[in-house]
Amino acid sequence: MNNRNNTISQGVDWTIIWLYAILVSIGILCIFMVEYRIDSNWLQSFLGGKTNYSKQLIFAGVCAIVATFILLTDSKLFTAFANLLYAFGILLMLATFVLGKNINGSKSWIPIGGGFNLQPAELCKIFTALALAKFISRQETDFSKLRSQLIAGLIAATPALLSILQHELGLALVYSAFLVAMYREGLPAQIPIVGSSFAILVVATLILDPNVLAISLTVIAALILLLLRKQAKKSKRLMVLVVGIWLLCVGTQRFVVPYIFNNVLECYQSTRIYSMVGKEYDCSQNKKSERKAGEKAARKPDDYNVRQSKIAIGSGGLTGRGFLKGTQTRGKYVPEQHTDFIFTSLGEAFGFVGCFVFLCIYLFLLFRIVKIAERQRSTFSRVYAYSVASILFFHIAVNVSMTIGLFPIVGIPLPLISYGGSSLLTFTILIFVLLRLDADRQMVLR
Amino acid sequence: MPVFNQSRGRIVQIIFAVVFLVIIGQLINLQLFSVKYKLAAENNAILRKVVYPDRGIIFDRKGRAILENTISYDLVVIPSETKGLDTASLCGLLNIDTAEYKKRIRDLIFKNGYVKPSVFEPLLTNEMFARLNENIYKFPGFSLTERSVRTYPYSAAGNVLGYIREVDTAYLRVHKDEGYQMGDYAGMTGLERYYEKVLMGQRGVKNFIRDNKSRIQGPYENGIYDTAAVAGKNIHTSLDVELQKLGEKLMTNKVGSIVAIDPKTGGILCMVSAPTYNPNYLTGSQNKRHLADLLLDPRLPLNNRGLTTRYAPGSTFKTVVGIIGLTEGVIDLNTTVVCPGYFTGCGTGKPKCLDKGVFQFTDAVAHSDNSYFSTVYKRFLEQNKFPSTDSAIGAFNVYANSFGLGHKLGVDLPFEKSGLIPAASNYYKEFGRKLFPCNLISNAIGQGKVETTLVQLANVMAIIANKGWYYTPHLVDSIEGGDDEGLLDEFKVKRHTDNRIPESVFNSVQDGMQAVVEYGTAVRSRIPDIIMCGKTGTVENYAKVNGVMKKQPDHSFFGAFAPRDNPRIAIAVICENSDQGARVAAPIASLIVEKYLRDSIKGKERQDMVEEYTNRVYLPPVMRMAIAKQDSLRKLRENQQLLEQKLNKKESEEGTDEESIGEEPAEQGATPAAPVKKAPQPKPLPKKKPDTTPAALTKDDRKYKRTAR
Repeated sequence: MNNRNNTISQGVDWTIIWLYAILVSIGILCIFMVEYRIDSNWLQSFLGGKTNYSKQLIFAGVCAIVATFILLTDSKLFTAFANLLYAFGILLMLATFVLGKNINGSKSWIPIGGGFNLQPAELCKIFTALALAKFISRQETDFSKLRSQLIAGLIAATPALLSILQHELGLALVYSAFLVAMYREGLPAQIPIVGSSFAILVVATLILDPNVLAISLTVIAALILLLLRKQAKKSKRLMVLVVGIWLLCVGTQRFVVPYIFNNVLECYQSTRIYSMVGKEYDCSQNKKSERKAGEKAARKPDDYNVRQSKIAIGSGGLTGRGFLKGTQTRGKYVPEQHTDFIFTSLGEAFGFVGCFVFLCIYLFLLFRIVKIAERQRSTFSRVYAYSVASILFFHIAVNVSMTIGLFPIVGIPLPLISYGGSSLLTFTILIFVLLRLDADRQMVLR
Repeated sequence: MPVFNQSRGRIVQIIFAVVFLVIIGQLINLQLFSVKYKLAAENNAILRKVVYPDRGIIFDRKGRAILENTISYDLVVIPSETKGLDTASLCGLLNIDTAEYKKRIRDLIFKNGYVKPSVFEPLLTNEMFARLNENIYKFPGFSLTERSVRTYPYSAAGNVLGYIREVDTAYLRVHKDEGYQMGDYAGMTGLERYYEKVLMGQRGVKNFIRDNKSRIQGPYENGIYDTAAVAGKNIHTSLDVELQKLGEKLMTNKVGSIVAIDPKTGGILCMVSAPTYNPNYLTGSQNKRHLADLLLDPRLPLNNRGLTTRYAPGSTFKTVVGIIGLTEGVIDLNTTVVCPGYFTGCGTGKPKCLDKGVFQFTDAVAHSDNSYFSTVYKRFLEQNKFPSTDSAIGAFNVYANSFGLGHKLGVDLPFEKSGLIPAASNYYKEFGRKLFPCNLISNAIGQGKVETTLVQLANVMAIIANKGWYYTPHLVDSIEGGDDEGLLDEFKVKRHTDNRIPESVFNSVQDGMQAVVEYGTAVRSRIPDIIMCGKTGTVENYAKVNGVMKKQPDHSFFGAFAPRDNPRIAIAVICENSDQGARVAAPIASLIVEKYLRDSIKGKERQDMVEEYTNRVYLPPVMRMAIAKQDSLRKLRENQQLLEQKLNKKESEEGTDEESIGEEPAEQGATPAAPVKKAPQPKPLPKKKPDTTPAALTKDDRKYKRTAR
């Protein structure tokens, strides 16, 4: 046993553990900055367990124990239980519809006693990552086949759909991170390209006047036809393709995008997205708010959060105001600053330099995970590692972007930093399962 | 295991890096290149609180504080903490009903937010404060906070000292760069205005951090950017508050002014403007209503008639004419002029003179002979050395101007008027380009176009007393801690009258003026054992009544100085629309002079005189009519309201009988049916009001100070 333990600690990637520890410590300090009051005895409140930072400290302790246990388990366990856990996760998510507790308007929490709540959608990320890795690593799976790709997509999409039903759009978006893992495994490059083209088109629709956009699209199509007129004469198919894409783009811009904003998204979501490009969204067009209007007049949302968040970060300047000296943080100007907007406290206290260093730590972590992924012998480990990297990446990118006004506000926590036991535990498990798998990288797991 | 996808690992890394670069790009934009976020953050979080220093105290010549600071209390409420409050008992203490309470709280929440302290009731009266202070523990969310307010311990000299008000937008526009902001107080009239820079002190700034609900969290950066407040400088004036109070008492129910100057220094000893007001009325909780009342009063109690009203000086101006005539040699002391009842020089029969006879200079002054001074003036203008009347007027004005007439003296009070010594051009419109001395003859006796302020007149008396020099009349002698602004420099310059005037001329005029009091027009105003030199003046005047110019009772003037040797006080008095100069202004002046020189009024006879003149009422008929009109309008309005109330009551409680009206004040209830008929009283003798704290007065007494004490 002793001997085996030794091999474990040798195989474990200590760099990741260090990065993990640094990030969790930064997180607790950030929460401390947000909650700190001059007149309180900070040491006492750190140990008292009443404040959020001391709770986070307790969570971190729990996570350390969980992490140790994970490192002590057998890697084969994860491959064996992957599908079972996935099924369990989906079941939990379904259970929220029955047992769910309403927190901040989303019914995605299950009370587990002692004042703690569990968010199954968070845990489900781990299970989905495992299940996806399991599926792709199966010997009979040929991921170049469309059928396999569809099944993999379905694995990722099921919890996402359930999240949407729970009004947790942010969590649902996270599941799109699995596309990165799938892309690495051979998903045709066209899919991300088409996806990003669609995203650009949506943004263009928002920014530009509909008619201007339609005309410019037409001009682009005409120019392409003009340039390719020789080839077009030869093959009718090219011509049809160009015209088809043109029709698709104009159709999207004219009908699909307005439809999404008016009929699919909630009023507040549309407003947030519109406010990103500096426009106002007219809620009276929204079908969902119409339905609600009978029950209760919807409060008009505004961009207060983003504005305050940008002010806090922008006021940091080059070097920041210093630890515990941020006026915006102390004045509680940024709502939800200890959870989703934790990045603002960092930005205000340590300025651009602090943010840059902080982001570099994150990027280093991501690159390290990708490096680990590439050194795996088994597909299972690699897919899983890519899933972890992309989930982390997605969280970081979306969270930081929304605090600096590059992305509409969705409730996504900053990994390992934001206050919250569920979130911290999820990322701890994600990372340490990866470390456990990495420790056994010479094995071929299926 | 598809190996060919290995390169995609690199692509994934590149995607990661690119997204991070975009984020860092936006961070550079936000944190390094945008200034507005820093500003927005400061606006958010830093509350600059101005710390107001105490204003400077104003002392009189004997070191008595006549304008100082006292502490008043505001009732302050934090609406969010008023849960479980016994509203009824609080309302009982404050004499308001619960509906009013709820309305005020609602307004405060609307104006100042739910969690911030707001002033519920400003400037509590002493009794109200005592009552609340005992019980304040019962009312959660309410507290009493101190604030410094101005107080006038002698309730005197309101027109001179002035008052402070909250600055308005117009004031802010004018004083743009002096750091005032909305809600600040600044001196609006009197010394408070003129010496605003000295009295206001230096305001301090404290920086606080506030949270998203504007609650103060603590000092910003431990207060390293704070500045301390420096209290305003105290100023010492030359006023004698006892004299001022006596003057105000004597001028009760009269319209006019008294200005007394110390001829040696130019310091103003008293400056009474009647009617005046109790300056403390403008500091209490009702100050806004009081100010409105004062502003609407037809007697214009806020005017300082000592230097903002121009009067024709009347016969008091003869002293100046006499001095100029003697200096130029157009007359000498033995020149005689005959008065057959009118001035014969111009053939118009004007001006008339009262005492018929033959006069030499001294007697002409003593009996204020119009013919004599008309002759002097005419002879001056007709001198051969002047090519025309225009240049003669110019020469006359050079003399007159050296007496401080015709231009602002530079008294340290705002809104001083310049008066008028008419130049030739003032007459072109009336008489054409070519003037004759007879056109101007009424100037000789201080009527016509000659106009002076009362300070100028008092200053002329000081010049005669000093025999040819004066210091600019002023109120402030010294500023504690130094006069950094150089405000007092002008008052230290000794000014001389035209150097052609020899001392002997002043002696002759003093002889005449002594004769005025010894056996002339003002003989009844003689002060036993004090040699006073004076000159009476009686000024005819007209006013427009219902569109017709009508002769009004004469203005009564008196200018004097005493004692003749080593003069210590020079004085000028006007009482509008009263009587001859000798009958009203002269006795009042003599009382003031005696009070100043002896510190008290001696003898039963003279003391009775004080009471007699205090009780006299000389309200100009024009004002009396305006007051009557205002009163009847108010009565009409009150009665209408009463009628409406009655009707409403009848409607609301159909069954109840008339007795419900008995609850109304008896006086109003008695005349509900005949609203307008109550004729205005011919002589509204104001009630004497008891000495009480101003804010405790009832509505009737509240008016303003008609009786000075």
